[in-house]
Amino acid sequence: MARPLDWQLATVAGVHDETDAVRSFSLTLPAWTGHRPGQHVDLRLTSEDGYSVERSYSIASEPERAPEVDITVERIPDGEVSPFLHDVVVPGDRLEVRGPIGGYFVWEASQPGPLLLVGGGSGVVPLMAMIRHRARAGAMNPTRLLLSSRGPGEIIYREELDRLSATQDGFQVAHTLTREQPPGWSGYARRIDEAMLSEVLDPLGREARVYICGPTALVESAANALVRIGLAPSQIRTERFGPTGT
Amino acid sequence: MTERFVTRGFVGRRSSGGPEDVASRIPPGQYITRDFPVLSAGPTPRTPLEQWTFTIQGLVKQPLSWSWQEFQALPAREWTVDISCVTKWTKLDMHWRGVSVDTLLEGVEIDDRAAFMIAWSDGGYTTNLPLPDVLNGQAFVAYEYDGAPLAPEHGGPARLVVPARYFWKSAKWIRGIRLQAEDEPGFWESLGYHNRGDQWREERYSGD
Repeated sequence: MARPLDWQLATVAGVHDETDAVRSFSLTLPAWTGHRPGQHVDLRLTSEDGYSVERSYSIASEPERAPEVDITVERIPDGEVSPFLHDVVVPGDRLEVRGPIGGYFVWEASQPGPLLLVGGGSGVVPLMAMIRHRARAGAMNPTRLLLSSRGPGEIIYREELDRLSATQDGFQVAHTLTREQPPGWSGYARRIDEAMLSEVLDPLGREARVYICGPTALVESAANALVRIGLAPSQIRTERFGPTGT
Repeated sequence: MTERFVTRGFVGRRSSGGPEDVASRIPPGQYITRDFPVLSAGPTPRTPLEQWTFTIQGLVKQPLSWSWQEFQALPAREWTVDISCVTKWTKLDMHWRGVSVDTLLEGVEIDDRAAFMIAWSDGGYTTNLPLPDVLNGQAFVAYEYDGAPLAPEHGGPARLVVPARYFWKSAKWIRGIRLQAEDEPGFWESLGYHNRGDQWREERYSGD
């Protein structure tokens, strides 16, 4: 049958804070076969006495970075794994990882046509792998990211997104801040709704491929709204990023 | 890896595992959740109940189809089962009401060659199961969860539930089953996930 997805010992090459509660880890993998943007890895932690836990994390980096992959992890205060990753793991540590996993919520630059990415909070992570891959591959397809964050300090990858948005290669980002907006904020200031999706989708046209990732309520409402706008369900791929992902 | 690797500085939070009898109900690599997380690959389909049917076809003497009303009249029962999702959560003691696959198949005459069941759903989702794994009370089609109609995002109006397998085998929005002589990988089974998906053997991905 298929080649097994063996566990491998990744080395933490770097750690980078994205926001107060979100941190990225660069992992160097000894036997990485490459991934497609949108896929994830499984991580396994094992204690001295053999107790172990596993979690899945979306890959944030583009495949061109192989054999290094970045994962971006939100610290869930009462979680078992994310506080360990944030508070204990430092460069040089080793972590058991296997992957890549998942073959549906993926986009590659070889797929032409307009692209709408809709993210909520840390749901932006697999979308970022697509955006970085798109830039690295030199794709020029019209692409828009609609990203919902709670406040200005909680926008993950903000500087990089704004920089990529300024390169005139067809990528644009639209932000909405649902709880707190800074003075003079010109972006959206409410939860993602049908009117907002219509505006962001408009320049892309009704044929756009859509990828939505975030908390269940956001994914449900955005996907339903896009179907009401007239997109075929088969154009829309979803992935949930719930608070249970501790 | 032949020798077990120990993650530097990791202790874990075993106290949350609860008493021993609870710990013994958690398959390897899983953690307990009290939420009911939602995972699906696309938008939630919404078929009006008056258009809903449930069909048995394939290797049966005479295909069979029930309307929603007819399906509600089939003998149903309550089920309390533990559910494990391949994304690592396990939820204990989930209460459902529905019709066993055994009851559904009582209505048809099954061809001797039938060895596999393909469940298919609104939205095009499919999943495959060997027939012996869904008989004798091992699988049911649920239309109530916790005493209320099953919500659309959780697979309503009706979903398959196969507690002994990872939850992707419990097809949401199920509309019918097809009996076949040959196995045929379903949606996730074609995308790198394990063909059988037994959570106690940790059969998450193809090759596990």
